[in-house]
Amino acid sequence: MIARGVPGNRTTLFLLQNTPVLLFIVLIVGFGMMSPRFLSLVNFVNIVVQAAHIGIIAIGMTFVLLVGGIDLSVGANMYVVAAVLGLFLQDLPLSVSFPLVIAIGVSFGWVNSWFITRLRVPAFIVTLSTLFVGRGLALYFSGNKMVGFSPSVLSLGRASYLGVPSAIWAFAIVFVVAWLTLSQTTFGRQVYAVGADPEASAKAGIDVRRILVAVYCIAGGCAAIGGLVSLSQVAVASSTFGFQKEFPVIAATVLGGTSLFGGRGGVLGTVFGAVLIQTVENGLVMTNADPYLYPLVISAIIFIAVLVDSSRSAILERLERRQIRVERG
Amino acid sequence: MNDTEAQPAFFAAEGLCKSFFGVQVLHDMTFSLHPGQVLGLVGENGSGKSTTMNIMGGVLPMDAGRMTLDGADYRPRGPRDAESRGIAFIHQELNLFRNLTVAENLFIAGFPKLARGLPFIDRAKVRVRTQELLSSVDLDVAPNTPVSRLSQGERQLVEIAKALGSNARIIIFDEPTTSLTTREIERLFDIIGRLRRQGIAIIYISHILGDVLRLCDDIVVLRDGHRVGRAPRAEMTVERMISLMVGRTIDQIYPPRDPPMSPGAPVLEVRGLSQRGIVKNIGFDLRAGEVLGLSGLMGAGRSELARILFGMDPHETGQVRVGSTAMTTLSPANCMAHGMAFLTEDRRAEGLMMEASIADNVALASLPQFGRTWMRLIDRTRLGDEVARVSASVQIKAPDLQRTLVKNLSGGNQQKAVIGKWLLHKPSVFILDEPTRGIDVGAKYEVYKIVNRLAAEGAGVLFISSEIEELTGMCDRILVMAHGEIRAEFARAAFDREAILRAAMWHGIKEVA
Repeated sequence: MIARGVPGNRTTLFLLQNTPVLLFIVLIVGFGMMSPRFLSLVNFVNIVVQAAHIGIIAIGMTFVLLVGGIDLSVGANMYVVAAVLGLFLQDLPLSVSFPLVIAIGVSFGWVNSWFITRLRVPAFIVTLSTLFVGRGLALYFSGNKMVGFSPSVLSLGRASYLGVPSAIWAFAIVFVVAWLTLSQTTFGRQVYAVGADPEASAKAGIDVRRILVAVYCIAGGCAAIGGLVSLSQVAVASSTFGFQKEFPVIAATVLGGTSLFGGRGGVLGTVFGAVLIQTVENGLVMTNADPYLYPLVISAIIFIAVLVDSSRSAILERLERRQIRVERG
Repeated sequence: MNDTEAQPAFFAAEGLCKSFFGVQVLHDMTFSLHPGQVLGLVGENGSGKSTTMNIMGGVLPMDAGRMTLDGADYRPRGPRDAESRGIAFIHQELNLFRNLTVAENLFIAGFPKLARGLPFIDRAKVRVRTQELLSSVDLDVAPNTPVSRLSQGERQLVEIAKALGSNARIIIFDEPTTSLTTREIERLFDIIGRLRRQGIAIIYISHILGDVLRLCDDIVVLRDGHRVGRAPRAEMTVERMISLMVGRTIDQIYPPRDPPMSPGAPVLEVRGLSQRGIVKNIGFDLRAGEVLGLSGLMGAGRSELARILFGMDPHETGQVRVGSTAMTTLSPANCMAHGMAFLTEDRRAEGLMMEASIADNVALASLPQFGRTWMRLIDRTRLGDEVARVSASVQIKAPDLQRTLVKNLSGGNQQKAVIGKWLLHKPSVFILDEPTRGIDVGAKYEVYKIVNRLAAEGAGVLFISSEIEELTGMCDRILVMAHGEIRAEFARAAFDREAILRAAMWHGIKEVA
């Protein structure tokens, strides 16, 4: 009934919803024509390995954006995890220290959620503060020096299982678990409901606070896992480890079609968004583009993603406006 | 029907009372329900219908009184609790998640699981259950259809299916037909008929009195929070409902109003203004020195018309003249430039910056007038003087105009600050949308005096209000809107509350006539 009055909007909406896919195709064709090496399997595996840590953190971010929240502290969380692991847990076997630091990441997220749900401070403010607090604490403990790691961390990063690099395994496992959680569990569907309308969710008997606490914990856990994947690739954590990572993470999530306004999106799109961003960087390298262009190109893509998201929301809102008169015929 | 009436009541409410901020809005509300009964609830805006239902549905706690369900005390702790006791509330604004599918909406509070211990949803079971529920309300859509693709009528059926899914024994409908087409309404009534045959009790709230008369076994009429009548359908007529709803006039006090001896020149002329789905063919004149009332029920399109006139929402056809200018485009900036002012219905959200001072708020709409030198720096001295003059003229009571934040003012003083903001702009057309909502009697009187003075100084005032009483006390002329159209016009000499209400309910009455 609503669709009948505005056919043009539906077409626009379809285009807007598929902008990232169209963009991806254009990029691959473009870079492929400029550099033959770009289209090789080796290069593609390389892209996914490099995209893995951003992708994993962005999967956690997807949960947060789905409830209409935001987490700016993921980069700081990564650094906290790296500093704790490097400074205090070096002597433990990785099978003990890794779960331990992931738990620290989850607690970081829990602290965020406590301020957001109990004290009702906006998520933007809370996570902006914990970004500085987290980074500040880690810098204090590390004495602003580079933190090194045992060779076992690096060898984990270089390892392959069944011919697939460990980073891709981690990425895939996080993705599958997150996908199952969001699409196949009551909790997952309630995340979407809370994002669409928290008040209606409460009326429908959903424990909104529990959902909010859970998503920030998930985001914290994912930030820790992403941090470990990144560590295993570089084996040292300088004072800029994880610095400003929130930007590519949020960009990947939004680019993958998850709305900043909550309630729409999913982790499959996020994986796609993270790979897309890495593809752009990789393509720029392959085609010997001026390095000073990178930030401009990346920011243009982020801009397009956010623009698409808000025009999509505006159109949806228009389509669903309440009608006073029902015009017959 | 006789056999259902023979059954004893299973729900009863006795002496329900409710106050908000010291104002009692519900007095001694009493009624009962038996299985298969359809109870109609009618009354003007603010007569206490929604409050009663919100208490019953667990949205609001009651101050005094008692409810019983199956003979036991019933005191819901929240909507969820009410639902688990078998009372479902279908709100006018539906409570569905448009981003989820039909099936997901039905089970969002808890999906059936594949196996014990595993958290995964049993999609097959969900599908089968959904299909059962949908077929019981005659809705032929696939369970995995997103709700955003459904029409308003179909969404309503999903809500009913949801109520059935939670084994509801009482279903409350609040204005269910406002956005349905005729065919969807017929379908809804069929379903309601079927529900009552299954022994489900229905409470049906509506302004469409014809529907109420057709559908309900018993009708309760409310006025000012009091139950003023209850009668079975056979003893009730639309005429009787209206006269009960209006009741005798309780004379509020209004400042004396001297209508202009001769009507002034038109300051606002509207011709053939339409926007599909919102308003249709609106035409009227507002003259200098006139207070023109705009009456109508909730959702009749009054505020929407005001928003269109001020250029905040689009319109498809129609001409608007402000003063001597034919407006080619309507936008807030353009309307303001031509001397229009608009007091929105929600001053917290749209009319005021709560965290700013009174002076900043009052100055907001007219800052460009105080630009000085080529850089248009604000002339603080002249602005401060003007703000002080205007604030004094609307009598804002506050310790310090420059320092007191608007959020710390009372509702009445906030409203005066909004009026002051527009006064500074020296407008010739004032649109006031519910200017006295939520402010106390004393402050109301002062707002009325300001309105009178505006008119006396030659401005045209379009006064939108849900209270017919207020309009008959304040206006020179009243237009009545229903269903997005102007249905009637009354001159001051012909003011008649009953006739005005009848015109506002035109859509509901026409089907009986």
